[in-house]
Amino acid sequence: MTTLDRTAALDALGTAQEAEPRDYWALLKPRVMSLVVFTALVGLAAAPTGVHPVVAFASILCIAVGAGASGALNMWWDADIDAVMARTQKRPVPSGRVTPEEAMGFGLGLSVIAVTMLAVFANFLAAGLLAFTIFFYAVIYTMWLKRSTPQNIVIGGAAGAFPPMIGWAVATGGVSVESILMFLVIFLWTPPHFWALALFRNEDYSKAGVPMLPVAAGDAATRKQIWLYTVVLAPISFAPAFTQIGGPIYLATAIWFNAAFIAAAWRVARRDEAASTADKHRAEKKMFGVSIVYLFALFCALGGEAILRAVIGDYAPWLVLF
Amino acid sequence: MPDPKEHELHKRRKGRNYALLAVLAGFVLLIFAVTIVKLGDAAGNPSAIAW
Repeated sequence: MTTLDRTAALDALGTAQEAEPRDYWALLKPRVMSLVVFTALVGLAAAPTGVHPVVAFASILCIAVGAGASGALNMWWDADIDAVMARTQKRPVPSGRVTPEEAMGFGLGLSVIAVTMLAVFANFLAAGLLAFTIFFYAVIYTMWLKRSTPQNIVIGGAAGAFPPMIGWAVATGGVSVESILMFLVIFLWTPPHFWALALFRNEDYSKAGVPMLPVAAGDAATRKQIWLYTVVLAPISFAPAFTQIGGPIYLATAIWFNAAFIAAAWRVARRDEAASTADKHRAEKKMFGVSIVYLFALFCALGGEAILRAVIGDYAPWLVLF
Repeated sequence: MPDPKEHELHKRRKGRNYALLAVLAGFVLLIFAVTIVKLGDAAGNPSAIAW
C-alpha cells in the first residue's frame, strides 16, 4: 500500500468515528456527576462519624464513577431519542463518535468497578446502595418508565436522590432519619424542577415521543402538579433543621429559599400556556433557575452546619427535636 | 504528501492512550493510598480492618 493509499484508507476509516477522551468524558454526563458529587459529599460530611480524608475521597470518586456509568448506560439506551432532540443531538452516540455497544460496555464496566471498589473502600451497604442507584436509573427509569409514563420523573427522581444517602452510608455504615430526609428533599424537588424545564422544552419531548407531563397531561395539569409538589416539599425540607445535621443556618436558609421557590411556583401555577408563550416562558425559566439555586443552597447549608459542628461542636442542641 | 504517521487518526488514538495511562496510574495510586490508610488504622489492632 502506498503512502497515499494508506492516508486515504485512514480517512475512510473516518476520523469522525474515532472517539477522543472528551467523548468518553461526555458519556459520563459530567454536569449530573457534579451534582451527585456535591450531594454525596454533603451526606458524608454531615454524618456524625468521621472518615479518613483519603477513604472519603476514594469513596466519593466511586460514587461519581457509578453515577457516570449510569449516564453512559442511559446514553446507550436513549441514542434514538437523543438523535431527535436538539439539546442532545451532539452527544457521542447519536453523533456517531462512540458506538452504542461501546457506550454499553463502558457503562457496565465502570458500574462493576465503582460498586466493587466502594465495597472495598467503604462498606457493603454503601456499595449496595450505589448498585441499586445505577440499576434504578439505567433500568427502572431509562429503559422502563421514561417512555411509558408521564410520572417518569417522579419515580426516576429517586435515582438522583440516593447520593447523599450513599455518602452517609460511607461514613456511618447505616441508614437513618437524617439520610432519609436528605433523600426526600431531592426526591420531591425533582418533579417541579424538571416539569418547569419541560414547560418550555415541550417541543423537544413531543418530537422524541417522551411522555413528559406537559406532553401527556397538558400544560394546565403540569402547572398544578408543580405547585402541589413545591408545597409538599416545603415542610419536608424544614425537617432536617430539627435533626442532628441541621441547625439555625440551615433553618434560615430553608425559610428564605422555600419562600423563593414557592413564590416562583405560584407565578407558574397561576398562569396559562398563552401567557407563558407571550413572554417566552419567563416565569418558567425563572422557576427552573430558582429550583437549581434552592437545592444548592439547602445542601450548602447542611455542609456549613457540618463544618461549624466540626469547629465549635454542637452549638444548637436545643434545635434537635428528633 | 502527508505522512501517514502524522494522520489525525493516530493523534486521536495517542490522546486516548495517554488518557487511559493517566486513569490507570491514578487508580494504582488510589489503591496504594487507601491501603496505606487502612493498614495504618489497623496497626497493632488487626480487627480494625472491616474487610
